Amino acid sequence: MMNWLGLHGRAALQAMRRLLRQPLGTVLSALVVGIALSLPAGGYLLLDNVATLARGVSGTPEISLFMIQEAAEEQVRGIEQRLRRESGVASFRHVPPDEALRQLAQSGLGDVLGGLPGNPLPHAFVVTPRGDDPAVYEALEARFGEWDGVEHVQLDSAWVERLHALIGLGKSAVLLLAGLLGFALVIVTFNTIRLQIMTQRPEIDVSRLLGATDPFIRRPFYWFGSLQGLLGGLVALGTVWMTVEALGGSVESLATTYGAVFVLSGPGALETVSILGFAAFLGWLGSAISVRRHLAERLR
Amino acid sequence: MILFDEVVKRYPGDYVALAGVSFEIRHGELVVLSGHSGAGKSTLLKMIPVIERPTEGAVKINGQDVSGLRASAIPYLRRNLGLVLQESRLLFDRSVFDNVMLPLVITGHPPRDAARRVEAALERVGLSGRDREMPAGLSGGEQQRVAIARAIVNRPSILIADEPTAHLDTAYASEIAALFKSFNEAGVTVLVSTHDESLFARYRPRRLALSKGILVGDSA
Repeated sequence: MMNWLGLHGRAALQAMRRLLRQPLGTVLSALVVGIALSLPAGGYLLLDNVATLARGVSGTPEISLFMIQEAAEEQVRGIEQRLRRESGVASFRHVPPDEALRQLAQSGLGDVLGGLPGNPLPHAFVVTPRGDDPAVYEALEARFGEWDGVEHVQLDSAWVERLHALIGLGKSAVLLLAGLLGFALVIVTFNTIRLQIMTQRPEIDVSRLLGATDPFIRRPFYWFGSLQGLLGGLVALGTVWMTVEALGGSVESLATTYGAVFVLSGPGALETVSILGFAAFLGWLGSAISVRRHLAERLR
Repeated sequence: MILFDEVVKRYPGDYVALAGVSFEIRHGELVVLSGHSGAGKSTLLKMIPVIERPTEGAVKINGQDVSGLRASAIPYLRRNLGLVLQESRLLFDRSVFDNVMLPLVITGHPPRDAARRVEAALERVGLSGRDREMPAGLSGGEQQRVAIARAIVNRPSILIADEPTAHLDTAYASEIAALFKSFNEAGVTVLVSTHDESLFARYRPRRLALSKGILVGDSA
């Protein structure tokens, strides 16, 4: 085990030396990988921020439940009890007809309401559902509509659904972009490793004659590709952070004009690890394919 | 120790490099393989580390048939052999020390012990104190000495050399021949091919002569 780790350590050092031996090439490759990766990484973060912003501005949607005009007191109490038992309900508020009328009057319709013979408003409940899944809201709406004494149920979630759909579409587009650019990065690494193999050919041939195994020969190339990918990942993170710093103030000001407090946030710990891991994986993949393609004949 | 049993090597186009060669080399022998260019010397030597495989027949080392050895096992066979080729095949972007160190790096030797072995190997070939130099700054004979140090640093029991004196003048070539004799005296089995038998004549080696792929002489 120690020997295996030692061989990996040696291969990693060898790869690092190769990277340092050609600083310009290393920097350029890292920039290509980094800039390409920063597009999907930045896009993902932007969507994440938009989702946060949307939640902040709208809060959770509410479901309004209107009872029949002639609902009896027992029916109202029954609805109250059923809402308490309902697991999808986070909270609810009973709005009696008198209170509803008062609110309506305060909203500027006092003259109109004054001309009416009585209070035409029914008992109502304003329900705050649990979670943020539009499907759950719709299920609750349907269930409430079937309850005894309920005349009408109103779910104000259409725009939330649209927003969710848009964010979902955006995330799919970002994934597609990440896939395409990832493929391009694999090709970049593939070609870099191909050139490495060409320049290292004398060493590879001599090593084989001296008893080097296939993994011994391949290992430094795997490390080279992974380290190059990792450097690209660091460049991508730097680019995303610089963008966040550059745009943060303007976005904050824009949010203020809509009455919202919003701070554009950069990648968190999980996103950081994901970006670096993804970049290193792409580098490893490109080198693995290249080594398989260009060393296979020579290692036979 | 090394057994060739009716070994035939045929290349595409029906060119026969070896035509039923048989001989056995025992432990501790010094064997000189001679013959003109194209006689099959290099092909024969390449069969021992399985750089080439016989078309027919068998090559056995210490009783193990290596002619059918699977690819993943070949490196482990080569680690127990010392190989010196016609060209030194040194890595010119690395120091003498790093070149000789390479076989020990491959086998994962502890660095401190490996460094000691490299120093000892360089001392053995008369290049003590030259370890930090680059191969390009050495003469042809010195480069070949570095290649020999690299071949013996793993302390192989068999040393195979394919025309190691081919590109050297007589003085350097005699020094190299003496080196091989000294390894043989230390108990290493040495098989060396040459087109100039006289270099080794004073050491009274066993002589194998090849001509057009046929073993035409064996002084054993």
